[in-house]
Amino acid sequence: MSLHRREVVKALLERRGALLVVAGLGSSAWDCAAAGDDPLTFPLWGAMGAACPVGLGLALAQPARRVLVVTGDGEMLMGMGSLATIGVQRPENLAVLVLDNERYGETGMQQTHTAHGVDLAAVAAACGFAEARIVTQRAQIAGVRAEVHGGRGPLFYQVKVKAERLPLVLPPRDGAWLKHRFRRALLGEDA
Amino acid sequence: MPAKKRTAAIDWPREIHRVLRANKVRQVSYVPDAGHKRLIELCLADRGIAAVALTTEEEGIGLAAGAWLGGERSVLLMQSSGVGNCVNTMTLATHCGIPLLMLVTQRGEWGEFNPWQLPMGQSSQAALALCGARTFRLERPEDAAATVEAAARLAYDANAVAAVLIAQRMIGTKTFEDGQ
Repeated sequence: MSLHRREVVKALLERRGALLVVAGLGSSAWDCAAAGDDPLTFPLWGAMGAACPVGLGLALAQPARRVLVVTGDGEMLMGMGSLATIGVQRPENLAVLVLDNERYGETGMQQTHTAHGVDLAAVAAACGFAEARIVTQRAQIAGVRAEVHGGRGPLFYQVKVKAERLPLVLPPRDGAWLKHRFRRALLGEDA
Repeated sequence: MPAKKRTAAIDWPREIHRVLRANKVRQVSYVPDAGHKRLIELCLADRGIAAVALTTEEEGIGLAAGAWLGGERSVLLMQSSGVGNCVNTMTLATHCGIPLLMLVTQRGEWGEFNPWQLPMGQSSQAALALCGARTFRLERPEDAAATVEAAARLAYDANAVAAVLIAQRMIGTKTFEDGQ
């Protein structure tokens, strides 16, 4: 695995335009913060397994906007049923990016199920995602970026990344503040 | 059966649906329960509502958070056994101040035949309260509209987590003969 998670996230989020982002707890949230704190990124600091449901609710509420969920393999495994829920709703504006280092990175780098061959992209494909694939090469990232910003969803990318310990870059952690900031940026000052 | 006659007299699922519409609820998520059968059908038939079937109840809390971030109101329907599934994810609503309205049909109380329903059914209200939810008991069909309206205001106007627990006696005791 040659891909670095922070480079992948940065490539997807630079010049992000109107993209709305939900970040799953842990390293994925730090990766999004490292790419640049943004009012229209909602990082989760808890509620493990909820990143995809949050993305779905947002995508249904904002059908004219692109929504990207950035999360890790451990977080995704905890909410794997939500892939089936998304597969039923089939929101065309939703993309899910799983940064798969095959580890629980915040708790001691223990192996997750994907280290033993569990294929999340195959699960997403079986659940009815319009596109679902494993990404392993730098050359594939530009295509992922184009689809995330304009392809017909729901989209799912399981990006195999190095298991690396990186400097912490933490987003704000007050959930109520993050919620208000997101709503004001999206819906206006009166929200 | 008096309980069934009362249920027939007032179409309480339709009353609840009317209240949800009046409160501009646009997303209704659910794990099915026999007690919610009619309300789910009303929501599925309503083009103004996205009815979202869940694989497990806590998905509905994430959905409500995403809906609110995007400017929409969501409500979560479940059976009392689903309350236990929601415990950790409830953090998302309570910590962030996400309006969350839950309508919980009770099992494990009035004439329950299934002993496995008792532990969660008997503790659902306390569990919700421990998680920071405000709970309302709905015992009579004629109170359905007012109770759901009160809980909806708590949720959407006061940014609270509110749960209406719909009594098993009001729904009617489940039997295998019902085919439910």
